[in-house]
Amino acid sequence: MSTTADGGARIAALYQERILEHYRHPRHKGALARATGTRGEKNPLCGDAVAVAVYVVDGIVQEAAWTGTGCSIMQATASMLMEFVPGQSREAIEGFGRRFDAMLASGAPDDALGELAALVGVAPFAARHKCARLPWKALLGAVGDGGR
Amino acid sequence: MTTRTAFSDLRADFPLLAANPGLVYLDSAATSQKPRAVLDAVRDYYETANANPHRGAYKLSGTATDAYHGARREIARFLGAADADTLLFTRGTTEAVNLLATGWGQAHVHRGDRIVVTRMEHHANFVPWQQLARAVGAEFRICELTKDGLVDLDQLRALVTANTKVVAFGHVSNALGTINDVREIVAIAHGIGAVAFCDGAQGAPHLRVGFDDLGVDAYAFSGHKMLGPMGIGGVIVKRRVLETMHPYQFGGDMIEFVFDGDTTWNVPPHKFEAGTPNVEGAVGLAAAVRYLEALGMDAVRAHEMALTRYAMERLAVIEGLHLFGPASAEARSGVVSFTLGDIHPHDVSTMLDVDGVCVRAGHHCAQPLMRALHQSATVRASFYVYNTADDVDALVASLVKAKARFHAHA
Repeated sequence: MSTTADGGARIAALYQERILEHYRHPRHKGALARATGTRGEKNPLCGDAVAVAVYVVDGIVQEAAWTGTGCSIMQATASMLMEFVPGQSREAIEGFGRRFDAMLASGAPDDALGELAALVGVAPFAARHKCARLPWKALLGAVGDGGR
Repeated sequence: MTTRTAFSDLRADFPLLAANPGLVYLDSAATSQKPRAVLDAVRDYYETANANPHRGAYKLSGTATDAYHGARREIARFLGAADADTLLFTRGTTEAVNLLATGWGQAHVHRGDRIVVTRMEHHANFVPWQQLARAVGAEFRICELTKDGLVDLDQLRALVTANTKVVAFGHVSNALGTINDVREIVAIAHGIGAVAFCDGAQGAPHLRVGFDDLGVDAYAFSGHKMLGPMGIGGVIVKRRVLETMHPYQFGGDMIEFVFDGDTTWNVPPHKFEAGTPNVEGAVGLAAAVRYLEALGMDAVRAHEMALTRYAMERLAVIEGLHLFGPASAEARSGVVSFTLGDIHPHDVSTMLDVDGVCVRAGHHCAQPLMRALHQSATVRASFYVYNTADDVDALVASLVKAKARFHAHA
């Protein structure tokens, strides 16, 4: 059972300012003028929906953008992810996706993920992992691996 | 604080609540907690009476049979049905509606017929009828709600045409708390000769049902929402309707004679209860209805209405909180469904969770309703016998805290 004592610290880590800031002012939200791949993902249990569009040249993501509705964790993840992926290859993104999953499983921040490491606060909330994974799933679909 | 009644010390009867004094359980519409009396009854059954009912010629099997049917009689009496053998045990309301849509529906609904449901139905009382309509080529029509979250009875009268075979509706909405006017809906259905089937999953735990006086042709319920174990529930069906129904599942106990080429059926309730029954569940649910009877269903209703009224008053003053459903506590059961400004319901739920406040966030298995409300999700708090005004206060305090956190640096 949760207690307020440690709960306060866990909730502070989950809803840290950097995450709420992305939620309030999402980056790269909207359509992409030119896209080489798009993928929409939905979570039927909560109604969250996200669509990611990417523009890939020679195997390297040039631009990425997203649209969608959902909770702060899903939206902040999408926002951070769109800032993170330009310049990355599909293989590199898949590798980061695995590291992100490992971070949620372990609860240890992974600095290789840049700002996305802030989402380590989601780790203790197993019911919310799917919120953070949804934009990853859409991104991986858009870059062409068919999702995980 | 108007709700400090004899109900204020019931937590001690519920081992999970007693062991977690900080827990504010406000999700009884999803499932209720269980009193010790129910847990003891299940254990006692296995320690003193366990055998396969109906099967053995030995005494212990007879004891198990008596326990099973004794439970049926007690539950039927609690729900106001004199003819206990018209109470069919199922795993819960979902299976009960599937039983009706299959066993009754396939016998009575044909191409060109009409099935009417309402906009507030739980998926369990929506999808089985929708799929029956698709399978046989019947029309599937949805009665919309008024702005206040009530079934629009004028529209229902227009929708229930001569080719309508069944009106399927919930006694109480799990998502809005609306208490439906059962007698009026039944009158509309019966007016053209259709049957009226009621999903009582959210009714039986909170209101006096009085099946024989209610007029509905079938009333389905779930034990786990009314202090009983999971995996037991049932449906009471008027005998003249029951006699026209096909078996739902085939197997042991539901047969009379099995020949190489065909089979004849046992009498109700056995005809609709294939396989070894859930005796522990039935016995546990009987203990649950004894517990509710001791409280008195009128007192249960009064307690929940007072709590709901108090909650609605306190929630109304939280800026940005939007409450869905009927405006008066009299028109609803112990359910408050709301959104909190621009904070997503799942974020609300997570923030409440760390304060020990358990609420449901999501579409409440009522996607057709949520689409009509233009919401992807709401937060739902639901009350039961063990909740008190302190629980409402904890909910409100946690919501205020959540708002402050989300908007601190906006």
